[in-house]
Amino acid sequence: MAAATFSSLHHKISVSNSINKAFHPQSSPNLIKLPSKTPRPSSFNSISPKPTLSPLSTRPRAAADDVAAPATAFHGVCYVVGDNIDTDQIIPAEYLTLVPSNPEEYKKLGSFALIGLPAAEYPTRFMTGGEFTSKYSILIAGDNFGCGSSREHAPVALGAAGVKAVVAESYARIFFRNSVSTGEVYPLESEKRLCEECKTGDVITIELGDSLLINHTSGKEYKLKPVGDVGPVIEAGGIFAYARKAGMIPSRAV
Amino acid sequence: MASAAIASSSSSFINQRRNDVGLSSFSPNTSFYLSNAKKKMVSKNIVSVMAPQSQRTPSTTGSVKTGMTMTEKILARASEKPQLSPGENVWVNVDILMTHDVCGPGSIGIFKKEFGQNAKVWDREKLVIIPDHYIFTKDERANRNVDILRDFCNEQNIKYFYDINDLGNFKANPDYKGVCHVALAQEGHCRPGEVLLGTDSHTCTAGAFGQFATGIGNTDAGFVLGTGKLLLKVPPTLRFVMDGEMPDYLLAKDLILQIIGEISVSGATYKSMEFVGSTVESLSMEERMTLCNMVVEAGGKNGVIPADATTYKYLEDKTSLPYEALYSDEKARFLSEYRFDISKLEPLVAKPHSPDNRALARECKDVKIDRVYIGSCTGGKTEDFLAAAKVFLASGKKVKVPTFLVPATQKVWMDVYSLPVPGSGGKTCSQIFEEAGCDTPASPSCGACLGGPKDTYARMNEAQVCVSTTNRNFPGRMGHKEGQIYLASPYTAAASALTGYVTDPREFLQ
Repeated sequence: MAAATFSSLHHKISVSNSINKAFHPQSSPNLIKLPSKTPRPSSFNSISPKPTLSPLSTRPRAAADDVAAPATAFHGVCYVVGDNIDTDQIIPAEYLTLVPSNPEEYKKLGSFALIGLPAAEYPTRFMTGGEFTSKYSILIAGDNFGCGSSREHAPVALGAAGVKAVVAESYARIFFRNSVSTGEVYPLESEKRLCEECKTGDVITIELGDSLLINHTSGKEYKLKPVGDVGPVIEAGGIFAYARKAGMIPSRAV
Repeated sequence: MASAAIASSSSSFINQRRNDVGLSSFSPNTSFYLSNAKKKMVSKNIVSVMAPQSQRTPSTTGSVKTGMTMTEKILARASEKPQLSPGENVWVNVDILMTHDVCGPGSIGIFKKEFGQNAKVWDREKLVIIPDHYIFTKDERANRNVDILRDFCNEQNIKYFYDINDLGNFKANPDYKGVCHVALAQEGHCRPGEVLLGTDSHTCTAGAFGQFATGIGNTDAGFVLGTGKLLLKVPPTLRFVMDGEMPDYLLAKDLILQIIGEISVSGATYKSMEFVGSTVESLSMEERMTLCNMVVEAGGKNGVIPADATTYKYLEDKTSLPYEALYSDEKARFLSEYRFDISKLEPLVAKPHSPDNRALARECKDVKIDRVYIGSCTGGKTEDFLAAAKVFLASGKKVKVPTFLVPATQKVWMDVYSLPVPGSGGKTCSQIFEEAGCDTPASPSCGACLGGPKDTYARMNEAQVCVSTTNRNFPGRMGHKEGQIYLASPYTAAASALTGYVTDPREFLQ
């Protein structure tokens, strides 16, 4: 199984977050976000988490003054893909000139998320032209999600597009690692083959504490694999915050 | 004490014929680890798989060490630990960090955000910055990204920055190299026993030198820039034993396509792939690089080939830094072992749209193609071009489809224009290519392997069928989403160019 690369001292999973609990499926998918994402300019997104930081600053979860209730759930409409979705399909190479750490370009990357999926197999597109975020905030995938390149643009594009969590049967190593390091998308693994159980458009709730995925549209519930090794890293806020907690690197220079 | 993982002589050999070979029995342990590949088991020709040895009871004295694999040893030394087992997470000292124009700017951005605008990299001599992906293009952002690298290198006084300024004439840039993985080798940055990380999935190429080399993302790279360390999980190792004399129509590309076809694109996820055996020992460094290059296509974390006389000879004139090679202990524990009798293999292709969609080249002879591409870190090295030239020479005819040649680096380009091709009476590759009607060898870079900006040379902008010496053929890989890419060796690519169909090179080489 695709295991994470970070040591596990405990398995408590909590993600500090700003939550706006309006669960209307039609509303902005950006309600529950991992705070490490670069917040959108408020003019762009009407229901957004408190943008505590300027786009150029770093992982907010690391900051001591970042007060937020830990999120324990994700809710939204899901988009379903199959096996071996590689990074070229997630974000085609021609868009890699966009630099993720540049806020304007980060936003643009979001507009191209999953644009590489072939139209024949995926007639319902993840994004419709001109959008910067998708109405789908949960991605459900089969095996080996994110295979191919090491490009961090892949989880970044998904995160920028508003994906909060990916639930895959298994992950390719580098993509999984990048997801954890950046905090852009929460990478979860399913026990069953959810890409065959769920359909694009289904309304989903993920309860992290119970490792449960609820499909409101079909009425079925599914067990997810415990987050395991990555738990402490995600909880800390990515590799930098984790390293600071462990005393590996000094507190962040302001 | 764990017994040696080397399979006994009772292990069966891989056989190409589909009507042979049943599945070997799997121990529960094996099936757990191989469970990733199972659903998508592409081929039923399973190989012999040896069950991993049962867990060794730790010695109470603590002084008896368990045998370690090469990867475990390298990571142990790099993390200053006497002993490591798969699954452990350790902070590893990094010997070399490589980045390029696509991921460099993002990594630099994170470095500055996290360590401060005035922070300095951990070691100005251990960072190698190699623009190579989107170079010869008018795309402004692509050009800007190279400028970002230059600004950073100037600010940090980075020793190894293979810069390019004059995009109109690559030869006017004395520092410019080209494809990062080939440049790393040619410039002597790959050394046995070391840890090399790069912001590119094909960083695993360097494992050919007996080192731990793997790809990482921008955030991890930003972390290494500041600290020179990274938290890594020790992977278990799959061992691939290849014996037998390499037939003269096969290349390392065929070997790795064979393996990927066998274990699938997720067969080596999170694992190390170790390549040993008499065939491997007979391979040149460039061929070993090709083998390790596509480890990531099987999901592998890293690939390793034990350093030997061939390695040392290659390194002689390239590096003056000391190094100490490490080797798997005799009693190292491997997750599984696969054995191949190379003499029984035939030229292969990976059909659209997956590197594990393996087929015999000769069984695809009715596939009409529109173009051939010879280039990239996988198939654009000097020996790759010599191989292609060999086929064109043997044929004496002209290609039937546009044939694009993109040397990986300046050095390769020069070799193509200067090295005599054996048996040609002193002709160079370039002359043979010209006589065969190929396109003129292009400016060295990653080129169209991954599509790139729309004006990239040889980019596939229409739905065409291409035989390519590159590494991936997922939908849209070379540009057009409906493009069909057949991955192949330089021999097979050249043979296909000559006929206009996917062609087994034995049509020309025998």
